[in-house]
This record gives sequence, structure tokens and C-alpha cells, in this order.
Amino acid sequence: MEEDKKTNRRDFIFTASYALGAVGVGAAVWPLIDQMNPDASVKALASTEVDISGVEKGQSITVLWRGKPVFIRRRTEEEIAKAKDVKLDDLPHPETDEERAKNPEWLVMLGVCTHLGCVPLGDKGEYGGWFCPCHGSHYDTSGRIRKGPAPTNMEVPKYEFVNSNTIKIG
Amino acid sequence: MSDHEYTPKSKLGKWFNDRLPVLTLANHLTDYPTPKNLNYWWTFGGILTFCLITQIVTGLILAMHYIASADLAFASVEHIMRNVNYGWLIRYVHANGASMFFLAVYIHIFRSLYYGSYKSPREVIWILGMFIYLLMMMAAFMGYVLPWGQMSFWGATVITNLFSAIPLVGESVVNWLWGGYSVDNPTLTRFFSLHYLIPFLILGLVVLHIWALHVPGNNNPIGIDLKKPSKDTVPFHPYIVVKDLFALLLFLIVFAFFVFYSPNILGHADNYIEANPLVTPAHIVPEWYLLPFYAILRSVPDKLMGVIAMFSAIFVLVILPWLDTSKVRSAVFRPLYKQFYWFLVADVLVLGYVGAMPAEGLYLLVARIATAYYFLHFLVILPILGSKEKTLEVPLSLTEPVLGGSPKESMVRSKKEI
Repeated sequence: MEEDKKTNRRDFIFTASYALGAVGVGAAVWPLIDQMNPDASVKALASTEVDISGVEKGQSITVLWRGKPVFIRRRTEEEIAKAKDVKLDDLPHPETDEERAKNPEWLVMLGVCTHLGCVPLGDKGEYGGWFCPCHGSHYDTSGRIRKGPAPTNMEVPKYEFVNSNTIKIG
Repeated sequence: MSDHEYTPKSKLGKWFNDRLPVLTLANHLTDYPTPKNLNYWWTFGGILTFCLITQIVTGLILAMHYIASADLAFASVEHIMRNVNYGWLIRYVHANGASMFFLAVYIHIFRSLYYGSYKSPREVIWILGMFIYLLMMMAAFMGYVLPWGQMSFWGATVITNLFSAIPLVGESVVNWLWGGYSVDNPTLTRFFSLHYLIPFLILGLVVLHIWALHVPGNNNPIGIDLKKPSKDTVPFHPYIVVKDLFALLLFLIVFAFFVFYSPNILGHADNYIEANPLVTPAHIVPEWYLLPFYAILRSVPDKLMGVIAMFSAIFVLVILPWLDTSKVRSAVFRPLYKQFYWFLVADVLVLGYVGAMPAEGLYLLVARIATAYYFLHFLVILPILGSKEKTLEVPLSLTEPVLGGSPKESMVRSKKEI
């Protein structure tokens, strides 16, 4: 046993080789982990264009985008008024209706409950919006969480109006 | 462990055994001294081994006909049911075999809880067992996804979404698990791969579980340490082998009843509808053996806390050997623990029941009380009971109650402490 605890050349070589070994193992393992992330073909389906010319007021359509349902709802005046009427203090996840619907007539959002991913049912629930049958989350006419276990409002994806009849999601 | 040295009789046997001592191992397994008072609750280890082998063999066969693809999986399962020779039988044995596996494992676990088999020096056996149980749940969950029915799809969606509760990285973790932005073909193919792998991991852990068991030897209904080998023990073969086989036959009657007379009673009708990402079934329920944990998850109103509570429910079991502070193993000599034990059994059954019901009104209230009691049992009652409970005196050996002139345990008081 060495008496003095001074770092010597051998300690340095040990530490350096462990560190290099760890980096090497990490580099070798990364491809094995990253292969599980969304692949190029999945990412390639990143956007979709939807024709909305046939949607009347008070109607919704559901389209599939990245394997998830997207709700596109043409809201009635009443629904818009109801959504704008809510005080931000009453919301578990405060967002104004203006932030969620660029064009107030059209509400575009992922039809995925933010609790555990079920598809909420339309025109249901205590707030006249959506209701998730899985664990009982209630959403209002702006898709905002009002009651139940879901932590946040239904997500608004990136979208734009290509022209007055077409929405591009993604 | 039997201490005596073993020498094979034949010359060839000796030659081989010197190079690879499998005959010594076989001799150890046959002679292995076993407490002579083991009751039928001790036969479930053997039954579970049978279940594991059944699942591996039937699963291997199903994999020859099943196609892991979102477009073809559902049809390939129907193909197995209708076209493959005896496909219906093999699939029903595999599907009901999972339920039988869990039925046996729950009896096995609750036997340990009653007789204190998790206590020193058997903590490692217990923890290995808990890892096996965790792997079983993963295997069962992924297996349920493979038929790609509505319950498969939405069960997978709900369970994988549990990980989205992780702060900051939850979203990326879930996308990594899915291999996309929702449960889809990449999810199905990786679940198939892992579902095929896990049984072999379980098999490896079972070997360690039995190895660890053979170091101190079996616990027994009286829960005392035995001298081995002695008048208190019998050799594993033929005594325990024959008893285990008899118990297995009784178990197979139950198994066969489900397979042949009500093969779908434990499943859900919605899983005969092909997966549809646009429609969630009105009422999602997991398989019966996961219901208590599901009830705990839903009884907490906050998403992250619910997930934490569910995983904690399993974790408290892992650390159980250190939560139960009583030196006496068997509930036979613990009058208070015996009552709390049956409360816990009832509590878990209640959790299972409310887990299958909608999470609202009275069901939700009951689920919350039952969840609170579950944690109370392990985190408060057990640690306190160890010091407060007045236990009955424990006999010195299995033969003592008999040789003492009275076969009734309650009449026997040994002079010395254990």
C-alpha cells in the first residue's frame, strides 16, 4: 500500500481511461436508444391540408394528423361568446379564447385529452364543449380544461389558412 | 443446502460431473430438505413455473402465425382463431394463461405476506420476486396490445401516456416510447419484440429466485428456522414433487374451465373491434389483474401525483422487509397482524372492484379511502405493529408441539425465546 495520497501518473491514466471508456460506451449505446425515436417516414407526414368548405356553423370535422385526431369546429356565435365570457381566474390553465382561435369562427385543436390521451366526445360535458369518457375531464367551447384530472387545455397545433377554404395543419 | 459431498455411481457420470457438476446440482435439487409442515399455499411456486413454461411454449407457437403490423395484426389473430390447426386452443390457453399466471402469483404473494416469508434472511428472494412481478405486468400489458383491438389500442395509449406526467421530458419520453406522435405501427412492432423478450428475463430471474431460496431454505407455516436436514424436514423428491403435481392438477381444472367453457369472460368485448385512433371506447378498463393499481391511479385528482401513487403502491412492496419490524414471521403467532392482513386482502379486492367501475361519485370516494388504507397498512400499521403487538410464543421446532404432548399450538409455550 502506498503511504502518500498524492495523485500519481497511474491515477491519471486510470481516470482518463475510465472517462474515455464511458464516452465510448455512451457513443455506442446512443444509436440503440435513438432508433426508437420517431423515424424519417413518420416525421415526413408532418403536415396535412384540409378542405373545410363543407363545414357549416355548429359542425365539427375530425381529421387524422400524425396519427392523432384533430378537431376542426366552426363555432356558432353563441359558443364564441361563451368562450370569450370566461374569466381567466376560473381556468386551471389560463388562456384567452383569442390566443386559441386566431379566427374566432374556427377552433382547431388536437382531439386528445391531456390527461391520458383519450379522444373526448363533442357537444358534451358541463361546459358545452367536450367531455372525456375515460376519466371524466370537462372542456369548454374553447377546448379549455374546466373540471377533471386533465392538467392542461387541449393543444392547439401549428396551423394556417392557406385560403378561405383550406387549412394546413403542421 | 445439503452439505454432504455427492459422487455419481457410474464412471462416466463421475467423469462428466468432475467437468460440469450438473449431477451434483440434480442431487441437491432432489435431496433439498423441505419443511414437513408446508401446506397447499406452498405449491404455487411450482404452479407458477408451469404457467411460465406454458406461456413461453404457446407464445412461441402464436409468434409463428401472428403478424406484428398495424394493418395485419387484427386479421392475423382472427386467422389464428379460424384457420390455424388448434390455433383457437393455443391462443385461448395463452390469453387465459396470463390470467391464471396472475391468479397464481397473487396467491403466492399473499401467502408470503401471511407467513412473513419476506423477512430476514429471505429479503432478496422477495425483492427478486417483486422484479418478476413487475416484468409480468409489463409482459401482460404489451401482450394485450398485440391483437390490435380497441382495448389494445386505447389501453396502450392510456398507459404510455402515464409517462407524459414526467416533468419537462415527459413528452419526448412518450414520443420515444411510441416511435411517433401516437400509438401506431412502430409502437406495435416494438411491443411485440419486447413481449417476446420479457418471458426469458423472467425465466432468468426465476432461476435466481430459486437459487436465493435454496440458501436459507423454505419458510414454513410456523415461520421458525429449522435445522436441516432433520426430523422437521423431508427431501424435496418425492414428497414435495408429488404434492406439487397434485396441486397442479387441481389448478389445471380451473385453468381448463376458463379455456374450454368461458375463454372470453376475462377479456373485454371491445377488443374484438379493430383499433380505431378516432374513437375511444366509452369505458376503458385494464385486465382484471391490474385493476387495483388502476384504481389507485384514478383516485388521485392530479395527473403526476396519480402516477406517483400508482408506482409507489408497487414500491412499498419492494421495501416491505424493512417496513414490517416484527421479529415473528408467521401470522399464526401474531393475533393483531392476522386481522390487519385480512383487512388488506379485503382492501385490495375493493380496489380491484372500484378499478373496474367508472371513476365518479361513490366509487371514487371508496377508491380514495381504499387507496389511503393501502398505504396506511404498509407505511404506518406495519412499522408500529412490530413494537406494539404482543405476539404468541413460538415453538422451538415443528415436532415440539407434538412431543410436548399437545398438538394444539395455542397450548404450547416454549421456555426460551426464539
